[in-house]
Amino acid sequence: MLAKRIIPCLDVKDGRVVKGINFLNLRDAGDPVEQAAMYSREGADEVVFLDITASSDHRKTMLDVVKRTAEQVFIPFTVGGGIRKLSDIELILRKGADKVSLNTAAVKNPQLIKRAARKFGNQCIVVAIDAKRRPSAISHQPSASKWEVYIYGGREPTGIDVIEWVKKVEALGAGEILLTSMDKDGTQSGYDLELTRAVCEAVNIPVIASGGAGTLEHLYDGLYKGKADAVLAASIFHYGKYKVKQTKKYLAAKGLHMRCV
Amino acid sequence: MIAIIDYKMGNVRSVAKALESLGAKVELTASKTKLAKAKALVLPGVGAFAAGMKNLQKLKLIPEIKKAIAQDKPFLGICLGQQLLFSQSYEHGKHKGLDIIPGEVVMFKPGLKIPHMGWNTITQVKSKKLKVKNEKQKIFVPGILEGIPDDSYFYFVHSYYVKPLSRKWIIATTEYGQKFASIVGQGNTFGIQFHPEKSSDMGLKILKNFCRICGELE
Repeated sequence: MLAKRIIPCLDVKDGRVVKGINFLNLRDAGDPVEQAAMYSREGADEVVFLDITASSDHRKTMLDVVKRTAEQVFIPFTVGGGIRKLSDIELILRKGADKVSLNTAAVKNPQLIKRAARKFGNQCIVVAIDAKRRPSAISHQPSASKWEVYIYGGREPTGIDVIEWVKKVEALGAGEILLTSMDKDGTQSGYDLELTRAVCEAVNIPVIASGGAGTLEHLYDGLYKGKADAVLAASIFHYGKYKVKQTKKYLAAKGLHMRCV
Repeated sequence: MIAIIDYKMGNVRSVAKALESLGAKVELTASKTKLAKAKALVLPGVGAFAAGMKNLQKLKLIPEIKKAIAQDKPFLGICLGQQLLFSQSYEHGKHKGLDIIPGEVVMFKPGLKIPHMGWNTITQVKSKKLKVKNEKQKIFVPGILEGIPDDSYFYFVHSYYVKPLSRKWIIATTEYGQKFASIVGQGNTFGIQFHPEKSSDMGLKILKNFCRICGELE
């Protein structure tokens, strides 16, 4: 039986792990490779590195992180953030990452999803989506869902409907969706379950729920009520509030299929 | 030395890293001489079936691979590398494979999430549990699944699965909407659908077993 996945996410800036609220107020949280190795030992099913380095000359630092991780950590890992071209994807995969996640570039150039999926396989193309609830006046229009896609790290609205977008990325060849609720991210008040469920029901590829986990029950809700295949969480693991091992035991006891180590 | 066949498909490096972490000497190569000299061959790979076959053809490696398997040189195909061992695949049209294992590669039934992505369990086929080399002295040849309990989890990422014509090839099975062969093999030839190099400690244990089978590790 396929297990639900627990995926710690490491936001990486200039080669260091950082965490903030709603993409602001970043705090240093350690070395990414060490942390990925630690999470792997604790039983994490995958790890995601989100490169939030602003300047392109520091991107080489991320490639070094990828290379070192591939040498030491034997679980799948995904790299996202600032990936624009096929050649960026190739470089990251060649250094040993298993998947890349595309966000802004996928919106700006949806054909990139198609070309990347053709060249490297659907399974390594994750489309990350930053979703934000629309003001109710707009969401009451019959054709629109309640959420809008944002790009540039959540700074720019696109006018694109989230449900329309997930269907489109699936058709273009995305292998997985990493869905972040901007309203919930960093709040530790639980995932946006309505959003998660709506996306899971709209597509036939795995969906990772992200943004808002603060307790173990939130993870359970994301997987069970939200129907997500995996949950992404950062702060609840980073600051030692919960261990991955304990998290999985809790979820398994509640009846979910988990890989417990 | 274990030769990892470098046929320009994705994910060849991570297999090398995992084997190296165990202390095995590995070489990523497409040289026929090196493949001939190697103690064992590993055919990894992520990507499309047709592209994989085309690259093997271009590099003129198919006779070398067939020869090694005919001599029972330890051989491990991982993911696409496993699927390529079969007669044919229906991934984006019908394509001929290496035809070492009679059977085909088919897509999962509609209705399931595809790819089958994540950690799933394996169940060993009972008759394959022990391989006795010498009945009198009871020397057990290290099997590919030695020390791996049933229901251990491994990392899978695939949309197609293998269907051997004969059940004798099946070493372990996995459930995803239906039961499918997740490890196949005979003699020293093995095909694994999941990624042992990405399956943490249990995956490394399988790779270690393979290294012991080929004598690269004790």
